[in-house]
Amino acid sequence: MQRRTHLSLDPAFRWLTLTGGLLVLTLVAAIFATLLHGSLPALKQFGFGFLLSQDWNPVTEQYGALSSIYGTLASTFIAMLIAVPMSLVIALFLVELAPPQVSRIVGGAIELLAAIPSIIYGMWGLFVFAPFMADHIQPLLSRLSPGLPFFTGPPMGIGLLSAGIILALMILPFITSVTRDVFAMVPAVVKESAYGMGSTTWEVMRKVTLPYGIQGVVGACFLGLGRAIGETMAVTFVIGNRHEISASLFAAANSIASTLANEFTEADSDLYLAALVELGLVLFGVTVLLQIAAQWWLRRTAKRMGAGR
Amino acid sequence: MKTRSLTLRRNTNRLVSLISASAALFGIAMLTWILGTVIVKGIEAINWDFFTELPAPPGMEGGGLANAMVGTLGITAMAVLLGVPVGLAAGVWLAEFGQQSKRAEAIRFACNLLMGTPSIIIGVFVYILLVLTTGHFSGFSGSVALAVIMLPVVARTTEDMLILVPGALREAALALGVPRWKTTLDIVFRAARTGLLTGILLAIARVGGETAPLLFTALNSPYWPESPGEPTANLTVTIFNYAMSPYDDWQTLAWGASLLITVSILGTTVISRGILWHRSKS
Repeated sequence: MQRRTHLSLDPAFRWLTLTGGLLVLTLVAAIFATLLHGSLPALKQFGFGFLLSQDWNPVTEQYGALSSIYGTLASTFIAMLIAVPMSLVIALFLVELAPPQVSRIVGGAIELLAAIPSIIYGMWGLFVFAPFMADHIQPLLSRLSPGLPFFTGPPMGIGLLSAGIILALMILPFITSVTRDVFAMVPAVVKESAYGMGSTTWEVMRKVTLPYGIQGVVGACFLGLGRAIGETMAVTFVIGNRHEISASLFAAANSIASTLANEFTEADSDLYLAALVELGLVLFGVTVLLQIAAQWWLRRTAKRMGAGR
Repeated sequence: MKTRSLTLRRNTNRLVSLISASAALFGIAMLTWILGTVIVKGIEAINWDFFTELPAPPGMEGGGLANAMVGTLGITAMAVLLGVPVGLAAGVWLAEFGQQSKRAEAIRFACNLLMGTPSIIIGVFVYILLVLTTGHFSGFSGSVALAVIMLPVVARTTEDMLILVPGALREAALALGVPRWKTTLDIVFRAARTGLLTGILLAIARVGGETAPLLFTALNSPYWPESPGEPTANLTVTIFNYAMSPYDDWQTLAWGASLLITVSILGTTVISRGILWHRSKS
């Protein structure tokens, strides 16, 4: 019998699939290069002052990113302040308190929140939640805290606080589902021995489950943070879009993403466009740093967990 | 050791249980509130015209969003054609060839970076890359932006699904003299078929509701989509524009479009999750 020799397609197959992988690497590099190149005119014109100036005036061609950066950080901070503790207690409910059947249904419902597109949060935020804030929550907050600068000014409904709360709702399911998985990984034996010593559910949670899973929880928070900081549509609808920093959380503000969404198609001069692209570069830089921190942290955690503490 | 009264400990426990149960209830209440609003307000807009007509000029009665539905389907379909094959290829390389190599780790890291990149940044990137260079907005550039978002998602889920296929299956095929490419495409892919399909469905659900990357690529249009080289009507940007408009009719249409988008995306997500869950059970 003669051995059939034919040209093997395997090397070609290998290279073809590798090209797909390398394209991902190329894309990340290309995004960085494109944003950097696109923002050069603004970088040359304003230098570091861009990050520290509050002026944003297309007529006089003065651009500064400070109000956008402030709005991004402040709305994200509010979101984390609400979402992190809530996610923790919801995860506790799902893992420790609820019967398995209930836990599955509630867990599924919470995860459904993550599947709703952000523009729907925007619609709901603008037409339903903002009026609700204006009529009920904001007057209540000003009455409860007289003299506090955060809760002053007319209750318009839109503004930093509303944007932060909607962001919190959006990242809640992400943090909850990772936290739940982390809590579920705690070996039953460890928990049972604590119960056996007479601990209550809360004591087991605080002294066993939480310390055991704390690193995973921190990793989950990084993920939520990365998502909140770049969220666009939901924020654009409710933040109010004003280039000014105000102490009050009721005041209209803006974020990097909302400025981009609102003004990008209106940019009629090269410098205007470059300033907007530079805003994008700042946002991209921050999310990349967050991702690197999260990856590094999760990897370290995985190693420790794998080593079996 | 510090001792605390049993009553105090029990009451603390009850309080914490109460708080955590109400937090879970609060989450469900918010979900119901959002979905309820979208359904109630959206249903008002749904009629025959909504699915068959072009948008009416402001102030005129009636009109629909048929062009935006066609546009969204077209843009998403083209994004799938562009993004899924590349994503599959990258996933195959990671699972079958790259494995634990330095290069594979770098690609995985890049995938995670790209998944964490805000979608509006992808929009800016594609705007500079395709819209500035060609001089006009186009549905095609919108598809490219969505494809960039899909690519890392498809790559990572493909890898995860292929890794689940037992190595013995590959070895059996290779031992029979089947070439590597045929083993992967005919044997491994067949074994991982359901997982791959649901991964792609989930990726489609993820980009189907995206607005930010389309804002300055596909833009929007009041006409029927005619070619991928022109600004193309689509549902999500239409929601944004109409919601911000002062006309009641347009806001109603925006709610109708919201309902349509929500139902399709939640539907796709629930179905693909269901398939995955069902498979892991059997």
